Amino acid sequence: MSTRIGTVFGQELRQARRNLWVILATAVLGLFALALALFGAGQGSDLKVDVLTLTAVSLATLSVYLIPLIALLMSYDSISGEVERGSLALTFATPVRRWEVFVGKFLAQTVAVCVAILIAFGTVGCIIGFLAEISGDGVLAWLRLMLSAGGLGAIFVGIGLMLSALTGRTARAAAAAVGVWLLLVVLYDVALLGAIMAAGEGIFATHVFPWLVIANPADAFRLYNLAMIDAAPVAGIDGLSQTLPFPPVAALAALGLWLVATIAIGSARTKRIVP
Amino acid sequence: MTAILAINALCLSFGGQKVLDDVSLSVQPGERLALLGHNGAGKSTLFKTVLGFLRPSSGTVAVAGHAPGSNAAREAVNYLPEVVSFQRNLSGREVLSYFSGLRGTPKAEVSDLLARVGLLDAADRAVGAYSKGMRQRLGLAQALIGAPRLLLLDEPTSGLDPVSRHEFYEVIADAAARGSAVLLSSHGLEEVQDKTDRIAILARGRLKAEGTLAELAQEAGLPTTIRISAKPGAADDLHGEFGGRRINGCRLDLDCAQGAKVDLLARLGQHQDRLRDIEICPPGLTDIYRHFSRMGPTEDQI
Repeated sequence: MSTRIGTVFGQELRQARRNLWVILATAVLGLFALALALFGAGQGSDLKVDVLTLTAVSLATLSVYLIPLIALLMSYDSISGEVERGSLALTFATPVRRWEVFVGKFLAQTVAVCVAILIAFGTVGCIIGFLAEISGDGVLAWLRLMLSAGGLGAIFVGIGLMLSALTGRTARAAAAAVGVWLLLVVLYDVALLGAIMAAGEGIFATHVFPWLVIANPADAFRLYNLAMIDAAPVAGIDGLSQTLPFPPVAALAALGLWLVATIAIGSARTKRIVP
Repeated sequence: MTAILAINALCLSFGGQKVLDDVSLSVQPGERLALLGHNGAGKSTLFKTVLGFLRPSSGTVAVAGHAPGSNAAREAVNYLPEVVSFQRNLSGREVLSYFSGLRGTPKAEVSDLLARVGLLDAADRAVGAYSKGMRQRLGLAQALIGAPRLLLLDEPTSGLDPVSRHEFYEVIADAAARGSAVLLSSHGLEEVQDKTDRIAILARGRLKAEGTLAELAQEAGLPTTIRISAKPGAADDLHGEFGGRRINGCRLDLDCAQGAKVDLLARLGQHQDRLRDIEICPPGLTDIYRHFSRMGPTEDQI
């Protein structure tokens, strides 16, 4: 079993490297992080917060857009593309179990996303450390950001692979991936803001709304990072992070649930693909 | 000897249309069976059913005694699809190592396989730079990993030049000699003549004939055509005497059953003065194939 998953894993990781996905993702994330760090360094002294913490907050907000996009782009084609090319028929004809193929691909692409995040954010974190004074809290916030960003990437790799297995066609998988990105990353927040404006103060705002926020993996990620930083200058939905009815770690549990669900659905669906 | 592949009364329908209709076949270890049929005759569907990708509507398929698609069946069967494209940016060796890993066979086998299909020199080049023939040979090497008990080759030589085709069949013969049962599909009888042990002809999802080439020829019972060129002015007389089909002013085609050939020629000999040439055309492989693949349920009575 482990050999077969390892074989799929190795093959996928090699692909991600040869297709320059890792390098591209590292470059994009690194450049954005560096830009935010320089911007933060410019105003850090006024806010009495160290540059690392400040950059972690703004990077958390930006990562919500970028990391799901990178993860979806890396994964949406992975199964449907192989169905269309006919190479999945060859793989499925071997003794490998269908779920092993799904899990192997998931692990490889997650590692690819995480390596990009670690290199990009790690490098920028070190640069900030050289240029400005940093606090222990700042370092912690930065580490939390890197780890949870990896988790966010893993979830959207899972979602992308799941969509790829569900649709079985690259064109449809691409459409579904764009749709999911828009829905979870953009529209969901807008809808929630509209709902809270309409409902005003009350049961909805205090008891339903927070749960709706962490039900979305992108929001859960951002909420977790902001809630763990006391001094974070936040607004909008993120203001919720200071008045949570549950500990911030609950947001991590929500991320975990998403991860389990996408892998379970994706693996089950992969069993029913006719290559 | 027990069959590695046993298909019994297999039927399969897509949306009310029967793609496979009451197909029964078996392949023994070391035996090569060619499955012939036009595009859309159901060959690829049959392969996909044996692999467990498609479920039969009725009938049974057993691969080494196991249900198709089960773990034990997938251990036993190796497959080369009609259209295969490997990841272009991997080398031939990496592609084979991947499938070797999925089958849990020793990596040391990879170089040996590359040598067997003549790709050792190109092993470390990217597959994207391979010619069609090389990609097809890589596909065959992939299908030979781990000494398969059943080899499924879906039109393995389509689009190959005659030399590569010949080499391809040599590798297949070698695999059969090592004990693999081989089921391969093809478009034409000429191609599989002398290359396989038995032939099965599939048309519109039904198995029309099965046997050795000699058996098929005998069963078809197609007439030999005797083509006569008459001297000027004599064609009409010959046509009156022997019947047959007039081709043009001086040529006549006579159909003749296998047994009556000598007799007819003897009779023709008596008209030696009116004949310019006699040509004897026994039924060709194409004729035999066409005979069986066209033979529908209604045409049977003719």
